[in-house]
Amino acid sequence: MTEPLLRVRDLKTYFVTEHGRGTARAVDGVSFELHAGETLGIVGESGCGKTVTSLSILRLIPEPPGHIRPGSVIEFEGRNLLALAPAELRAIRGNQIAMVFQEPMTSLNPVFTIGDQVGEAAIIHQGLSRKAARARAIEMLTLVGIPDPAQRVDDYPHQLSGGMRQRVMIAMALVCHPKVLIADEPTTALDVTIQAQILELLERLQAELGMAVLLITHDLGVVAGQADRVVVMYAGQVVETAPTTALFDQPLHPYTEGLMAAVPRIDAPKSRLQAIPGQVPAATAWPSGCRFHPRCPHAWTKCKIEEPPLLGTGDHTARCWLVQEPARRKPAPPSQ
Amino acid sequence: MTLPAFFALFVAFAVATWGVREARLRTARHEAGRRFFRHPTAGWGIGVLAFFVIVAVAAPLVTSYDPRAQLDIVHLKNQPPSWSYILGTDVYSRDLWSRVAFGARVSLIVGALGMLVAVTLGTLVGAVAGYYRHWVDAVLMRGVDVGLALPRIFVLLIAIALFGQLPLAALVLVIGLTSWFGTSRLVRAEVLSVRERDFVAAARAVGAGPGRVIFRHVLPNAAAPIIVSAALGIGNVLLLEAALSFLGIGVAPPTASWGNMIADGAPYLASAPWTTLFPGLAIALVVMALNAVGDALRDALDPRQEGRAT
Repeated sequence: MTEPLLRVRDLKTYFVTEHGRGTARAVDGVSFELHAGETLGIVGESGCGKTVTSLSILRLIPEPPGHIRPGSVIEFEGRNLLALAPAELRAIRGNQIAMVFQEPMTSLNPVFTIGDQVGEAAIIHQGLSRKAARARAIEMLTLVGIPDPAQRVDDYPHQLSGGMRQRVMIAMALVCHPKVLIADEPTTALDVTIQAQILELLERLQAELGMAVLLITHDLGVVAGQADRVVVMYAGQVVETAPTTALFDQPLHPYTEGLMAAVPRIDAPKSRLQAIPGQVPAATAWPSGCRFHPRCPHAWTKCKIEEPPLLGTGDHTARCWLVQEPARRKPAPPSQ
Repeated sequence: MTLPAFFALFVAFAVATWGVREARLRTARHEAGRRFFRHPTAGWGIGVLAFFVIVAVAAPLVTSYDPRAQLDIVHLKNQPPSWSYILGTDVYSRDLWSRVAFGARVSLIVGALGMLVAVTLGTLVGAVAGYYRHWVDAVLMRGVDVGLALPRIFVLLIAIALFGQLPLAALVLVIGLTSWFGTSRLVRAEVLSVRERDFVAAARAVGAGPGRVIFRHVLPNAAAPIIVSAALGIGNVLLLEAALSFLGIGVAPPTASWGNMIADGAPYLASAPWTTLFPGLAIALVVMALNAVGDALRDALDPRQEGRAT
């Protein structure tokens, strides 16, 4: 296999809580690789560390209270981002690695026109004049499918709808043609029709510009449609990683199974939605052993004591003892 | 006073009135403009300020005498208001209206520039403290605490004792340098809240450095309270200048400022009250107008009063 574009190894991002009473281990030993041109989906429910992972890659974690533990490695084209000086890091942000944020309503500066904001990265990284940046902004707005871009470029964010703003955010991220795009829940704040449009747009732009996309979402449907490979996160750890088709065909980790069972299906008879019992535990006190054991239907003594490593063969691995002892898997409850 | 001067004064008055009317009409299309003029005394405030600014700018036109000239020290001292000397004359037989008009130049310039120095410095310190937080914030804000704890008038007295009579530029600087503490606290609080907003993270994610983030993304979103505090602050600086001049340590005579005019007239309060009344009235009017405009600006600009979604 070729050298990955972005390699995250044993990433640990901790937050010291108020008055030093405890340490929230928001991201606790996450590793994955992103290759040129592919889409990697990161899935998990709220609080599992998805967003902290993505912010850590660009080192946008507020420090303090947050800090990335020594020993963590985030390699981009062979350079460890965690060892870079602030100026070198800024040269990468928005230029080589760009990010689309979750909330299009609040992620644009209300006092500047969208043209100013789309062109900003080009001014910073390519030294464009204001005039050239404006022309570039119009070009980008055309690319992301904003109608009448030459007029819209002078609009303020409040004059645009949510879907349009998310397009602007994407334009803003892509101005410098980055090699990696981190999309943190890019469609969560949008309604479904707009969501489909935005995902389609991302897919088209990825093909046109040949970039790698790190797609962070809690929506398995989005992942199924977009990602080549999937990383499932739970409690600050990677619990399963697999090519998308393999993951949906045969999930190995009970958490992944639970997530899939919780997706409402339009083709199944109406029934109560499956839910995973309990909640994600607090990041200041992860459970011992396997972090999923309190919520796992299959858990036995070993799960409470010993933390499983990522087990499995080839490109499909899961952090679960069941991989080694499949006989302990309890039969699925009869579906209502 | 000569006929052309009366005429010019009338024009100044008319222009100020017309200006207010025009401003009201032109801003009526904007929500913020309507909110501004909804304030009961905003129109009057703008009018008074406009009038005094016009008089200050056109001082040679609206007056007929040199403000420093002692017209006739024997026969014309402490004359009550008349058609020739509309506000009367002072103890040195100088025309009071000329001195009020030329004094407006000094007082308004000291007020505006002093506040400009204070707001610039306060904004810089507050923004740096609020953006970097931690030890930078702690050091700067403890410095501000010290600044706020020192009685300002004594700091000014020390400066004047050290350097003697200050030229006007130095006076502006000294007033500005001792007036920025409150502003910096205000700006810091505002920056602390704005820096957490999503678009600031988005700006950092496209590679903007700290300077760019502070000046392009944070401060413009914190502008409203800064503008309001500046408008209200000019009045304070004006009063401070008047107080210093009254004590004889501000603007040096014979240059007219409203403060030293009151000082000149104070001994004759009983026999020639107009010599203190008119400059005092000018100070009171301008400060009241500034407060009204500051309040109205707060109504118009401060987003927390809006309560409307975009």
